Amino acid sequence: MDKATVKKVATLARLAITEAEQEKFATQLGGILKWVEMMGEVNTDNVEPLANVVNIDLKLRPDIVNDGDIRDAVLANAPEALEGFFVVPKVVE
Amino acid sequence: MTNLTHLNIAQALEGLKKKEFTSVELTQAHVKATEEFRHLNAYVTETSELALKQAAESDARRAKGQVGLLEGIPLAIKDLYCTKGVRTTASSRILDNFVPPYESTVSGNLFRDGAVMLGKTSLDEFAMGSSNTTSAYGNVISPWKRNNGDNADLVPGGSSGGSSAIVAARAAMGATGTDTGGSIRQPASFTGIAGIKPTYGRCSRWGIIAFASSLDQAGPFARTVEDCALMLRSMAGYDPKDSTCADRPVPDYTAALTGNVKGLRVGIPKEYNVEGLSPEIAKLWDQGKDWLKSGGAEIVDISLPHSKYALPVYYIIAPAECSSNLARYDGIRYGVRAEGESLNDVYMNTRAQGFGDEVKRRIMIGTYVLSAGYYDAYYTKAQKIRRLIAEDFARAFEKCDVILSPTAPSAAFAIGENQDDPIKMYLNDVFTIPASLAGLPGMSVPAGLDSQGLPLGLQIIGKAWDEETVLRTGHFVETAANFTAMPQMLMKKAA
Repeated sequence: MDKATVKKVATLARLAITEAEQEKFATQLGGILKWVEMMGEVNTDNVEPLANVVNIDLKLRPDIVNDGDIRDAVLANAPEALEGFFVVPKVVE
Repeated sequence: MTNLTHLNIAQALEGLKKKEFTSVELTQAHVKATEEFRHLNAYVTETSELALKQAAESDARRAKGQVGLLEGIPLAIKDLYCTKGVRTTASSRILDNFVPPYESTVSGNLFRDGAVMLGKTSLDEFAMGSSNTTSAYGNVISPWKRNNGDNADLVPGGSSGGSSAIVAARAAMGATGTDTGGSIRQPASFTGIAGIKPTYGRCSRWGIIAFASSLDQAGPFARTVEDCALMLRSMAGYDPKDSTCADRPVPDYTAALTGNVKGLRVGIPKEYNVEGLSPEIAKLWDQGKDWLKSGGAEIVDISLPHSKYALPVYYIIAPAECSSNLARYDGIRYGVRAEGESLNDVYMNTRAQGFGDEVKRRIMIGTYVLSAGYYDAYYTKAQKIRRLIAEDFARAFEKCDVILSPTAPSAAFAIGENQDDPIKMYLNDVFTIPASLAGLPGMSVPAGLDSQGLPLGLQIIGKAWDEETVLRTGHFVETAANFTAMPQMLMKKAA
């Protein structure tokens, strides 16, 4: 993995990254990706991917509101809130 | 008067029932021990005042004849469980100031049953690590020391290292943990206590900060298997708020501790005899087989042929899920925000400053393996091998009832060791990850000491939903091992 790829991935993941970090992560991530290559030894033709190990049927419930009126609780942890809204930097010029 | 902090939970419940002491007295003793062991750095947040208030309430309930399953028992809660009104950080700077307005289902279950909370224990940041050295609030130190006089500070294991350290130090009677790839079992092994990760779906994940959702599972730490059984009964159960939480009755797990393993078929996976397995650990494993055999169990050789691929599969799937789960930390709705000129800069700076290196590594690996062009080669491939691993276990369980293995490939190491290379650290979980990928219950029981005087655990893996056989086997091994060693820091205190 090269520095440019690290930078691209970091941008996709919304992580600001310094030159020095690009270097360090390129080596470490490259090492991990090389290590996982051993998965290639396994024949997985006709094997279904397993996403969920728990064999239970999802339950249905009535589509009714069972929560709400907690605006202040929702906003309580916001770094910046004003008049019942989250505040973010200006996004439209 | 008895030393209240050296009682186990079952004994304390008996003492409370007989009015030998109150929950306030029991809690005060643990608050004092918390102060004495503050240098272990096991807590991110101590909640002594709250604990004493809860204890007084518990005593009042008991006086009225209202006695819950864990009435008046002081416990520690891993700082990954959201606790209403009590700061919850996941040991990350990005959640440094987060105070949940709600209670996680599992911690709520414990409080419903009368438990008292001593504090929120430290962990590897977002539960990513095996040594508790990635916490933003500093390393947690194990109360154990090597007997060679080097006095090195040892890791308590991870990710639930604060929980394991504080229970081993007799400063909490039990603690909650979470286990994604071994984060309950490995710390239990490192600190000479018991811990169980139940079947995926046994405990609700609601309100537990997510790392890898298809693997995360809650479970207890305690100093005995019986105490783990008591705690698990309270923690487990159906929760409509987690769609992966099973609607199954929760058995009385303590009733399973019969002491009888006659006719039990114990599988020994040949693939776990890995190259370079320490002779001491191999010897302990053999000892475990002998104990079970002497109790009338039958030892069966089994094969789990895809075991060697479990670690790479895990290190694709867990980071993939983590990169998705941790996308929510953007500095807008909660947590710590770093400023920036544009909204995008706010995101980038918040996450760069808020997350530590191990979390960043996993987010980037996850982002990479899920990105266009790599998804099938890495993520889908890993999910396919995950099925083969689960099928290995299903086949093995046609021949046996439980599986016995070492919990970890080594005893606790010193802080700073294994830090240079992420993969070396990942190898800690070589015996615990396969069962995690298959969603199976697994427990670690303290079984002996190595030549340096450090605890070693044996792991028991069971069939899905069969925690009872796991606990029964664990209880038998615990009794046979008669593990009475105590951390040196406690011996010094007593002397």
